[in-house]
Amino acid sequence: MTHGDAGAAGWLLPALVALPAALYLLGVTRWQHRRTRAWSRWRTGSWLLGLLLVAAALAPPLAAAGHADPRAHMVQHLLLGMYAPLALVLAAPVTLLLGGATPGGNLRRRVTRLLRSRPVHVLGHPLAAAALVTGGLWLLYTTPLYAATLQHPAVHHGVHAHFLASGALFAWAVAGPDPAPRRPGTAVRAAGLLLAAAGHAVLAKLLYARAGAWPPGSGQAPRDLQEAAQLMYYGGDGAELVLALALFAGWYRRAGRRLPAAGSPWRVSSPPRAAGRVRWTSAGAATPRHRRWAPAPGRGQSGSPR
Amino acid sequence: MVTPAAEGSRPGWPAAGRPVARASAVVGVGIMAAVDEIVFHQLLGWHHFYDRDSTAVGLASDGLLHAAELVLLVAGGFWLADLWRRGLVRPVPAWGGFLAGAGGFQLFDGLVNHKVLRLHQVRYDVELLPYDLAWNLTGAVLLLAGLLLVLRARRGPPADGAAARGPR
Repeated sequence: MTHGDAGAAGWLLPALVALPAALYLLGVTRWQHRRTRAWSRWRTGSWLLGLLLVAAALAPPLAAAGHADPRAHMVQHLLLGMYAPLALVLAAPVTLLLGGATPGGNLRRRVTRLLRSRPVHVLGHPLAAAALVTGGLWLLYTTPLYAATLQHPAVHHGVHAHFLASGALFAWAVAGPDPAPRRPGTAVRAAGLLLAAAGHAVLAKLLYARAGAWPPGSGQAPRDLQEAAQLMYYGGDGAELVLALALFAGWYRRAGRRLPAAGSPWRVSSPPRAAGRVRWTSAGAATPRHRRWAPAPGRGQSGSPR
Repeated sequence: MVTPAAEGSRPGWPAAGRPVARASAVVGVGIMAAVDEIVFHQLLGWHHFYDRDSTAVGLASDGLLHAAELVLLVAGGFWLADLWRRGLVRPVPAWGGFLAGAGGFQLFDGLVNHKVLRLHQVRYDVELLPYDLAWNLTGAVLLLAGLLLVLRARRGPPADGAAARGPR
């Protein structure tokens, strides 16, 4: 795709999102077939929304404008790097894949092995993912890389792919509902979110302060670059807010599983999944089952998310 | 649901008063930061997005603080919701913590962000002193009122008649 072409060829890339949409919907029908519990419509909606955002970011109107106008480029960056990956990750595609796959089949084994592999473990650490997602932005806007994306379509597509991939990795590492073996606790994940959000905000302010000099060699109007920087700053807040809500809502749910059940409207019907965080009380077997779960000593009671 | 852990180590500190005060202080910081961003930056346009007098350290700390405000607001909200469903939220320490957090942030913003790091001023093209005084005094009054409430909740029998709020 050459830059700025508004012809039918420009629509090829955004139209490709129909493929993951179809695969996901196929997975949902398989899930409904195999499982007694229905697949959440919110998750399906989240997947379709994420793909729609990807398509909107890559479609000719925005793609062409993004070539000349830093504000349009910034909207693309926000959609591809933050909002679309967030929606896609919250759709729990790996859970769907595992649940829809044949039990004991090859696919399941491979996905599980991949999730437990060393590279995924290292890259999927919230701090590593934060460094990847934020470092990529700093590299793009403080080096001649940004100018290169305006010249070379291949570089441009590579940057877009990095936006999407690192954004999805980061969202999954911080608050993804999909299985994440050996993922650190809430505090480390909140720290990853904090550092990434801070790096994003600082870069946006610096881009505002140095509009005209940064990004090097862009040759774009300082006024537009400043508006783009403000879009980056406030647009980032929205995505970070959703991610923080997902992260702490997960903590709230898990903390709720440790509550004693009697008489509470938040009664827990299933025992906690995070068995490592739970200790048996000394009450013993005479206690009704739902009463036996108690928070680990020193945790939970104070309700501190830290 | 009261356990030794929730009673706190100090005698006389009503059960669970401390976590409530802390959680609502976190919420207070987040709410005041949001008010600052929405009212003074966006609606009134008094604060500037960027000030040429800002130091480099200032810009870095501003970014970190901005991110922290957002995370604190959400974390504090869920923390408070968790205490609520445990039936541990009492009005006095909750309001005390909230006011102390809000006032503390206001004062920190007025002294460190505006004056030391020079991120931006309260308002531009006006005589600044009355604005600075109003800003910081408001913060100090809120902080003091909050601390007094927290202290009151801490002393002896709960002044609010042990009326813990919450579903349990």
